[in-house]
Amino acid sequence: MTARDPLLHRAATATATPLLTVERLRVGFGRDPAAAGAVVKGISFALEPGRCLAIVGESGSGKSVTARSLVGLTGRNATVQAERLAFSGRDLTRYGERDWQRLRGRDIGFVLQDALVSLDQLRPVGDEVGEGLRIHRVIRSREEQETRVVELLRLVGVPEPEVKARQLPHELSGGQRQRALIASALALDPALLIADEPTTALDVTVQAQILDLLEATKNRGKALILISHDLSVVSRMADEVIVMRHGEVVEQAPVATLFSAPRHEYTRRLLDAIPAAHTRGTRLAPASAPRLTADAAHWRRRGGDTPGPVLEGRDLVKRFRGPDGQWRTVVRGVNFSLAQGETLGIVGESGSGKSTTARLALALDRPDEGTVRLLGRDWSALDEAGRRPLRREISVVYQDPLSSFDPRWTVERIVGDALAGGAAGFGRDAQIDELLELVGLGKAHRRRRPLELSGGQRQRVAIARAMAPRPRIIVCDEPVSALDVSIQAQILDLLGDLKAALGVSYLFISHDLGVIRHLSDRVLVMRNGEVVEEGTADAIFDAPQQDYTRELVSAVLHDRLPRIKGTSHG
Amino acid sequence: MSESTGLVAGEPTRAGRVRVVLHRLLGAIFVIWATASITFGVQSLLPGDRAELMINAAAGTFTQPTAAELAAVNAKYGFDRPFWEQYLHYIGGVLQGDLGESYQSHRPVAELIAGQIAPTLALTLSALALAWAIAIAVTVFSGGRDGPVARAFGGFQVIKAVAPPYWIGTILLVVFSIHLRWVPVEGGGGLQGLILPSLALAIPLSGFIGQIIRAEFGRVLEQPFVTSARMRGMGNLAVRLRHVLRHAVLPGITLSGWALGSLFSGAAVIETVFARPGIGGLLVTGTATRDIPLVTGIIIASAAAYVIANLIVDLLYPIIDPRLKQS
Repeated sequence: MTARDPLLHRAATATATPLLTVERLRVGFGRDPAAAGAVVKGISFALEPGRCLAIVGESGSGKSVTARSLVGLTGRNATVQAERLAFSGRDLTRYGERDWQRLRGRDIGFVLQDALVSLDQLRPVGDEVGEGLRIHRVIRSREEQETRVVELLRLVGVPEPEVKARQLPHELSGGQRQRALIASALALDPALLIADEPTTALDVTVQAQILDLLEATKNRGKALILISHDLSVVSRMADEVIVMRHGEVVEQAPVATLFSAPRHEYTRRLLDAIPAAHTRGTRLAPASAPRLTADAAHWRRRGGDTPGPVLEGRDLVKRFRGPDGQWRTVVRGVNFSLAQGETLGIVGESGSGKSTTARLALALDRPDEGTVRLLGRDWSALDEAGRRPLRREISVVYQDPLSSFDPRWTVERIVGDALAGGAAGFGRDAQIDELLELVGLGKAHRRRRPLELSGGQRQRVAIARAMAPRPRIIVCDEPVSALDVSIQAQILDLLGDLKAALGVSYLFISHDLGVIRHLSDRVLVMRNGEVVEEGTADAIFDAPQQDYTRELVSAVLHDRLPRIKGTSHG
Repeated sequence: MSESTGLVAGEPTRAGRVRVVLHRLLGAIFVIWATASITFGVQSLLPGDRAELMINAAAGTFTQPTAAELAAVNAKYGFDRPFWEQYLHYIGGVLQGDLGESYQSHRPVAELIAGQIAPTLALTLSALALAWAIAIAVTVFSGGRDGPVARAFGGFQVIKAVAPPYWIGTILLVVFSIHLRWVPVEGGGGLQGLILPSLALAIPLSGFIGQIIRAEFGRVLEQPFVTSARMRGMGNLAVRLRHVLRHAVLPGITLSGWALGSLFSGAAVIETVFARPGIGGLLVTGTATRDIPLVTGIIIASAAAYVIANLIVDLLYPIIDPRLKQS
């Protein structure tokens, strides 16, 4: 990886005979000629074999449209224009549908995200992997196809390739499916591989494995285009990075330059917004999310100081009956305790039992064994009538507020519904205004319905609703997982500010170790329903004791990001 | 590394599959028993004396038979026995395949139905196959497209779906047999005679099936796995036939069990229009002469056809959707 001056870049690539050359690519949708170039507004790059270009941006930046236009699949009503679009000496601007079909799969492989829906669920995995071989007629018999498929699955590291080839996609794990999808793109040994968010739906350890696989592909001399919203994924393997926003190239630089000396303010903001070890106790988005403006005094948690834990789980066990009628133990012997004003992070991969633990803490499910104590009372043993007076002490913020809101309700009704009747001692309308102001929304949002709000605004409403009864504890179950990184930064800042101002405690559930490290005081690492390790955030991340924790921490890329010079935190 | 085996929903066990089949079979027996019981109950509650009906049906007259004549018939057929005894006798007969005796011809109902069922089965099965062929052709061509031609096809589906088979049959007959003289007016049992009546039944059904699979087709076309197939270089027609169609037909197949049952009764009307042999003719004469055992026999046979059709659909479904083999 050589740090080259971007100005000299053109000259350098001209001598290295690029595999792919793109000059002023513009894409728009709709028949209106004015719409041409509205979604991608002129992107240029060159890519040589064995190198990786990353295109990074948040949702709506035009990164995926750019990738699809390279294989002629932007859609029927798209207009694609380019001064130059050349792939190994061929002029793609003159290509018709037949030419594109010959190119796709054979010369350019494409991997989509979320292999569960990117593989045909009704066909065996092997048929999907070998489909390209059949389409391009490079195999003569069924037996030949089967042999090649097993080779391909072995190449991408799928265990028991003979067995997996005959199974259906849903019988494979998420990581195996993503590998199979990559195998199907590599089937004809294309010179260029485009991967559109190849790791987004995966757990961190699996994500690391998939990136290893892509890196190996690159090292075999393939050119790679990586599309991602995640700068940390990109930092690991890209040679050059293009940052896009609203269809425009904000910055284009070799990876070392981009991370060590970002030129554009947007790139800097994106880098700053990534939660990690060095961001602890700081604000991630100081420019876009001002500190609390409203007077938080009315919304301080109820009650005085509690010396002991406010929420405590003892030897919790929870079993569920699966669709096949068999009982599965989802939580096995979990202990936790949350002190007043503390943030306890629970981190784990999918299926680790962290969300079930959250449901037990909220008394939405009753544990099969063990107890949950809330403010010293036996919370899990009470019946619903007995719980009612305690309910206002604990509230929740979910990943997808849309599914926990009635879509017909307005924001003021959603927030007003959660208010404890007149407890604050002043008018209900004024209370709603104050709560909305507290979470950074204005009077203008009162009459809106959930679908008329952006993802970040919805999460703010969910937080306002959680704050309304003035609880002591808020359970946050993956509250920022569905958000773009800059919005995630704003919501994390808001949660941090509110904790300081209101004195609440958080039980914070996330699969994202960066997020957990950024705001947790203590951390619980869960796996297969058990607590693997518990400790302060620094102890867990800097000196993990268990193998699994070590594996998890080493798979996280955030802290490998080069520190950014000249940016201040806080 | 920590790659778990994913969501394996329990290995498919032989015992589990046997249990499912047994469950379905019990359901099927229940439906046929319930149909037989209800038709028997209705038959007993109908106004009019059954012995009187029988004597008149056999003699072709409408006179009041004498008490002695009635008593003889009542005793012979057990109409003087208590209701429960008659019911058990009837159900016992049905269990052995004995559906009673026709009032008019005095031949066993089961024998009469068996003699006429082959042309009706041929008609319904060819109608179902035709309906699917039309629905698939229209969907593969027009599904997920929003041009004027495709939209016209979509509208045409609705018209087809609401048109009564009786009306379609008459029009087909007038156009193809009387004006164009392509096929004979009275087809008889041959393959040529099967074309128009099965078309008359198939056209409305293809509208129904087409509406359902076309909507699904459009949805599936947008799925990422379809994009994946295109990314491998697959052409549009191949994508539609190899990937999208299989997903799109699933809701239509569920409907086919129901459709075959309804085709069976729809066939009765079409058989009359085209003067074809079959259950239809039997039903019409049976109803006109109030031949109660014959009519109930046909109803039970229709219920059986419906149940068997649904069983076949249940067994075929996992072939198209292999995910179901596991659950």
